[in-house]
Amino acid sequence: MTEVLKVEDMSVTFELHDSEVQAMREMNFSLAEGETLAVVGESGSGKSQAFLAIMGLLAKNGRAGGRVMMGDVDLLALDSRQLDRYRGKDIAMIFQDPMTSLNPTLKVKTQLSEVLVKHRGFNQQDAVTTSIEMLERVGIPEPVKRANAYPHELSGGMRQRVMIAMALLCQPKILIADEPTTALDVTVQAQMLDLFKSLTEDFGTSLVLITHDLGVVAGVADRMMVMYGGRVVEKGVTDDLFYDPRHPYTLGLLHSTPHIAKRAVRLDPIQGLPPSLENLPKGCAFHPRCAFAFDRCLVERPPLRDVGDGRQKACFYEGPLAYGEVA
Amino acid sequence: MAHTTTLLEIKDLKKTFSIATGLFARPLTLTALEDINFTIRQGETLGIVGESGCGKSTLGRCILQLLSPDEGQVLWLGQDLTKLPAEEMRQRRQDLQIIFQDPLASLNPRMTVGEIIADPLRTLRPELNKTERRARVLKTMESVGLLPEMINRYPHEFSGGQAQRIGIARALITEPKLIVCDEPVSALDVSIQAQILNLLSELKDEFGLTLIFISHNLSVVRHVSDRILVLYLGRIVELASGDEIYDDPKHPYTRALLTAVPIPDPRLARARNIDALKGEIPSPINPPSGCTFRTRCRFAKPYCAEQRPPLERLENDRLVACHRWREIEVPQEAVLGV
Repeated sequence: MTEVLKVEDMSVTFELHDSEVQAMREMNFSLAEGETLAVVGESGSGKSQAFLAIMGLLAKNGRAGGRVMMGDVDLLALDSRQLDRYRGKDIAMIFQDPMTSLNPTLKVKTQLSEVLVKHRGFNQQDAVTTSIEMLERVGIPEPVKRANAYPHELSGGMRQRVMIAMALLCQPKILIADEPTTALDVTVQAQMLDLFKSLTEDFGTSLVLITHDLGVVAGVADRMMVMYGGRVVEKGVTDDLFYDPRHPYTLGLLHSTPHIAKRAVRLDPIQGLPPSLENLPKGCAFHPRCAFAFDRCLVERPPLRDVGDGRQKACFYEGPLAYGEVA
Repeated sequence: MAHTTTLLEIKDLKKTFSIATGLFARPLTLTALEDINFTIRQGETLGIVGESGCGKSTLGRCILQLLSPDEGQVLWLGQDLTKLPAEEMRQRRQDLQIIFQDPLASLNPRMTVGEIIADPLRTLRPELNKTERRARVLKTMESVGLLPEMINRYPHEFSGGQAQRIGIARALITEPKLIVCDEPVSALDVSIQAQILNLLSELKDEFGLTLIFISHNLSVVRHVSDRILVLYLGRIVELASGDEIYDDPKHPYTRALLTAVPIPDPRLARARNIDALKGEIPSPINPPSGCTFRTRCRFAKPYCAEQRPPLERLENDRLVACHRWREIEVPQEAVLGV
């Protein structure tokens, strides 16, 4: 399959008052055409920062290292004006809260058509017609009426669809969705996930889905990447990670997620709290919360390494991963 | 577990809000809740689910008298809370507490943890002196898993999960009988969410609490609840035990909600045939005639538009409001895809 994006040894650092914080480091992955990659992690794991950096949207005190190759172009080496040639056109991003991403003072059609006029040289009238067609394609009922509405007149699900429509107008090769369904009701969430599936299957769009919801991941992702404390700790095909997790953190996440078809008496959550990036534990960042940690984990950081079948993990423990074995 | 005593009985509850539309225009009426009838038994956890705008939080607040219902009764051990004078209601609040969704926003940033947790005692138990209050605060902090040295710290120093523990401690300190949990874990990370869910169930057993658990997350509700109440546009569409709701949902809306819940199991998720509900919840200002769900229901018949389905009582005190629940048979795999 064609590779559309290759991320090499990427890192994101924020400069604070008198120190630096590495929000994310040593990220490596490639994204194939039509593939859905889920990036899973809890708040502060660095999962969003990498992609904000790729889009040139880091906060002012942030800087990205490494390379992000789209064909021959390193996106990280471009300045904001050069990036504008790709941003929105080849690679687009949507966010959790569509209300804060839409301009409240402009009608939906104005915001959508602007994209076409700017990136694809449409005239105003064609741009509006195409925008309305796109609204219809993402499942917005009465698209003409909605196109003439202001964002606050639409429901949350509808606004998220407008965002997706806007992202798709230029037929980007890559769509990055940061917690796109977290604020939505389950029924609307199911509609959105359907929409994502048809995007990747029918249009060959590659999707990066940043989420903390393993239920969402199970439904749409081909591969997944689990992050903890700013690093990727496990990576592989979705089914492998769900049915045979090799990193204790992945296992812990699975045991923390309630399953609607199985009513367990108790959940088996990971104990303790996620670490602060400013003060990561020595050795493996996960060791204070890990039921499998041993001496080595306290002093040495496990590198992300191949463990066969296209899988990678960053963990020294080699024994069986089941809570039953530990007690 | 025998749920015998009826702790709370809600009778014909109705709540409307008036929506201003302009300076001289007549305000519109939004009916947030109507014909709400159900009971809560001592020691049970009742889950309340539905999409945003269905009235689930309004119902929780009407029960606690944080909002005054327009009509109907909220009977607490037989006593109607809606008729209670303010001062008596204040005393009653020892028994009825609430935990909110956004833990940090619900804590006063200028008070220390100790002051926040002790606050309900100042008004509800003024006879306690400072030492007694502090002892109680420390005891409650221990039961929710907060360390004693945290007592003098401020809310911003805490993560979401710990802030929610503070909120739970504040609710527990008056030794309540019932706690309304309004989306208590929605803002939390997965691993922390599981910790708080386990904490709530431990506290429930330890203190014999009755919980009303409001959430849009059906997997979470399934996990914690004995019985589940499903609301749609301010009306009860179904009420049954957790197992009945999940194994044999009667109302098409309940079924649709269940098929939409993501399952953290890739093979199941792929095999599933999601019968996704079309469209969005209609505006409660101008709800559809007859059965309010008919506009999104694939089983709807013309007569569903004419008559509102009554809330029928089935065996085991199940409730369902659908004209066609007897006729529509949907196999189990259509619900969970397994």
